[in-house]
Amino acid sequence: MSSAHTKTEHGHADHNYLNHGSGIWSWMTTLDHKRIGLMYFATVATLFLIGGFFALGIRLHLAKFGAEPLLDPDTYNKFMTFHGAIMVFMVIIPGIPAFLGNFVLPIQLGAKDVAFPRLNLASYYIFIAGALIAASSMIFNQVDTGWTFYTPYSTAKTSNGVILLVLGAFTMGFSSILTGLNFIVTTHKLRAPGMTMDRIPLMIWALYSTSIIQILATPILAITLLLIGAEKTLGVGIFDPDLGGDPVLFQHFFWFYSHPAVYIMILPAMGVISELITAFSKKTIFGYRAIAYSSVAIAAVSFLVWGHHMFVSGQSTLAGIVFSIITMFVGVPTAIKLFNWISTMYRGTVTFEAPMLFALGFMFLFTIGGLTGVFLASTGMDVHFHDTYFVVAHFHYVMVGGTLMALMGGIYYWFPKMFGRMTSDLGGRISWVLIFTGFNVTFFPQFVLGAMGMPRRYFDYLPEYTNLNQISTVGSWLIGLGFLVGLITIIHGIFKGEKASDNPWGAKTLEWQTSSPPPHENFTTTPTVTAGPYDFR
Amino acid sequence: MSWSSLIPATSFMPIQATEIAKEVDLLYAFLIISSLVSFVILIGGMTWFLIKFKRTSLDQKSAYITHNNFAEFLWSFIPLVIMMGIFYWGMVIFEKLRTPPEDIAAEIHVTAEQWAWTYRYANGKEFYSSANDPMIVPAGKATKLILTSKDVIHSFYVPAFRTKQDAVPGKLTQLWFEPKQAGEYIVFCTEYCGTKHSGMMIKIKAIPSEEYAAWYHAEKKGADSPADLGKTLFAQKACASCHSIDGARIVGPTMKGLFGSSRKFADGSQAKADENYLRESILVSSAKIVEGYPPAMPVFQGQLSDEDVANLIEYIKSIK
Ligand code: HEM
Ligand SMILES: [Cu+2]
Repeated sequence: MSSAHTKTEHGHADHNYLNHGSGIWSWMTTLDHKRIGLMYFATVATLFLIGGFFALGIRLHLAKFGAEPLLDPDTYNKFMTFHGAIMVFMVIIPGIPAFLGNFVLPIQLGAKDVAFPRLNLASYYIFIAGALIAASSMIFNQVDTGWTFYTPYSTAKTSNGVILLVLGAFTMGFSSILTGLNFIVTTHKLRAPGMTMDRIPLMIWALYSTSIIQILATPILAITLLLIGAEKTLGVGIFDPDLGGDPVLFQHFFWFYSHPAVYIMILPAMGVISELITAFSKKTIFGYRAIAYSSVAIAAVSFLVWGHHMFVSGQSTLAGIVFSIITMFVGVPTAIKLFNWISTMYRGTVTFEAPMLFALGFMFLFTIGGLTGVFLASTGMDVHFHDTYFVVAHFHYVMVGGTLMALMGGIYYWFPKMFGRMTSDLGGRISWVLIFTGFNVTFFPQFVLGAMGMPRRYFDYLPEYTNLNQISTVGSWLIGLGFLVGLITIIHGIFKGEKASDNPWGAKTLEWQTSSPPPHENFTTTPTVTAGPYDFR
Repeated sequence: MSWSSLIPATSFMPIQATEIAKEVDLLYAFLIISSLVSFVILIGGMTWFLIKFKRTSLDQKSAYITHNNFAEFLWSFIPLVIMMGIFYWGMVIFEKLRTPPEDIAAEIHVTAEQWAWTYRYANGKEFYSSANDPMIVPAGKATKLILTSKDVIHSFYVPAFRTKQDAVPGKLTQLWFEPKQAGEYIVFCTEYCGTKHSGMMIKIKAIPSEEYAAWYHAEKKGADSPADLGKTLFAQKACASCHSIDGARIVGPTMKGLFGSSRKFADGSQAKADENYLRESILVSSAKIVEGYPPAMPVFQGQLSDEDVANLIEYIKSIK
């Protein structure tokens, strides 16, 4: 079974989920996971532009071009907070699961929809509500705590806007939990006949592990955020030492969620990469089980390493050592995945369309991000690097270089399925070159700045850090330009792109066995699965 | 001169002002080299495959390979061993960074606030930090800082010493260093603390230890030493009605030789009596009850300022 495989009768091909019902109301009330996925796409893309605006503002300020600083310290701190909070809670966390995951998970399983379509729509609106509440803090009572909301700064020393931002994040947490729940049930209950657990695509394994983290960790964040609200309004005294509380306790709570959360960001990305690399190598994925189980292993271990954000917080030396060794264990499943992806290319037949370029970009940047993670996991080394630009560079390499690259690759890859049209490959490649180059120009110098000792979240810095900061700023414009080209390519693709065939990449997973775009219920006849997901024989 | 200086990347590190800084940089150099090697293996290998296995014609077939147990074992096991090594190496350095030596030449209470540091010496000399008033310490000798904060969390970071420690309100944390040579070293605040976070910079000035001794004993800026102030408080708050200072057992444990001794508690646990323990015992004595004593001490939380507590601790430390 190589290329001819469409089961759709052609009379039906022009009736698809996009024209199944028309008008804005049919979108807003849709229960179709594909449409909900696209609504997340539009929302997340908008939020990404806003977060990006703040990022460019931060970088422009730090370049110190011109005699006067561009921002005053308080504005700078607010920019820094909005940038971080928007990108983390509203872009990278929901990006892949809620958008790509919603779109492809049911089709990849051969299902008609997710298990609870109404809940799925509700999750979307809960997300919107959360985003609006959080955004209202940008208008009234702006927040300057940084996305980590450390107490007692957040509870005792800054504006009440924190309550809104925290309430927004709290609300979005529900959306995250409900989506995770929906995915887990869908994966267990709605697989097509013949699709055993060891025949589900790796994207689904990744989304499945992510969902477990979402369900288990998000409530902790929710409680922590509520406690901040309670502390600020009622003065309950859990985190504020003036009221008898413990500020370090907040950090434990916060990282108990937020460390696993970094895997909510990266695991789905790893799923996308697994799909892209097999599809564009035209070869069965190497070590299917190892990749699948390492996702679950990462999800499990991610709960035990939060203390590596707190090596110098005043936590005991012994605790630091224990967290350090457990953190090293996370490095192993991560390395396993890299080796498996690379081995998949071995003796494959590789092509380099835009989605594959993004996957390769992911490999390059994620490897740097992962290796520098080992520096930070080593206690003696982290004492120097903690809260410096080295950490900023590390997490941008993994989160932006990793997750965002995968997200872009995933968009170009599934675009024909979503819209029945192709994006311009040239456009995709140009945006890739700009983003990839710009990314390294922006963030590599930050490793050096960190080694030199420049702390993070600094409005101003010593003169010896100027050159590297200016290089970094120039890089940020390249990234901005790259995303602009990407956006144009996508919009052009939606309206003017060439008509796509059902399986333009010759991939094997189920979503490519239905028409592009798929009909309202995904398949005209329920598919039956007889082999593993990547059977390129 | 060591092999690590061959690695250009280490030249970006700040000057190595302590012995530990050298050790940290050695680990850093090792990490850079091993990362480079790993990077070349991974990304180099990938690039090679990409070139070698690039699709050239439409009907080309890929090999059918699903897994290889031996290779998979190797690439799980080898990284594990390397990472355990890095963990261990980091831990050895970490313990040195965290364990002050027995013999400390200067002990300074450092209090952070938005956006300044105050430092107080054992004899009462006290400074409100500014660029003009660097923190004076002896060169070639160990200095220990006892850190706390008045408002939010701050962090005391000396790049040249490769060390850093948060200053947490309501807690005492500590940091030590031994600058090899006289000189001035910059201190940053690295825990975000609001508007002037990046402006919260001071300098540590290490001077030859004879000069330090002279400076230390020269006219004092503050009034009494913290230990003296603590002694007065000890009397005022009637601590002496329950605690002897000569080793005698009254209602509560004696203060004599208390600091640094190991304590056994009613619930079977144990701890060393360090600054934090004393602080907790003074403010909320019920938190840990020493074995064999009644939980009779009143709660002083809210009645003693952070400075009072620090003074009391200094006094207790002086009762040898
Ligand atoms: C898998 C993808 C990864 C993601 C998405 C990720 C993300 C992040 C983020 C967001 C932070 C900064 C949090 C903050 O303070 O704002 C961070 C810090 C850290 N990461 Fe990673 N990371 C990844 C991989 C790794 C790996 C593989 C290791 C270790 C083997 C690691 C070790 C650390 C450590 C120790 C810190 C704390 C550094 C410090 O604050 O001093 N990370 N990471
Ligand atoms: Cu500070």
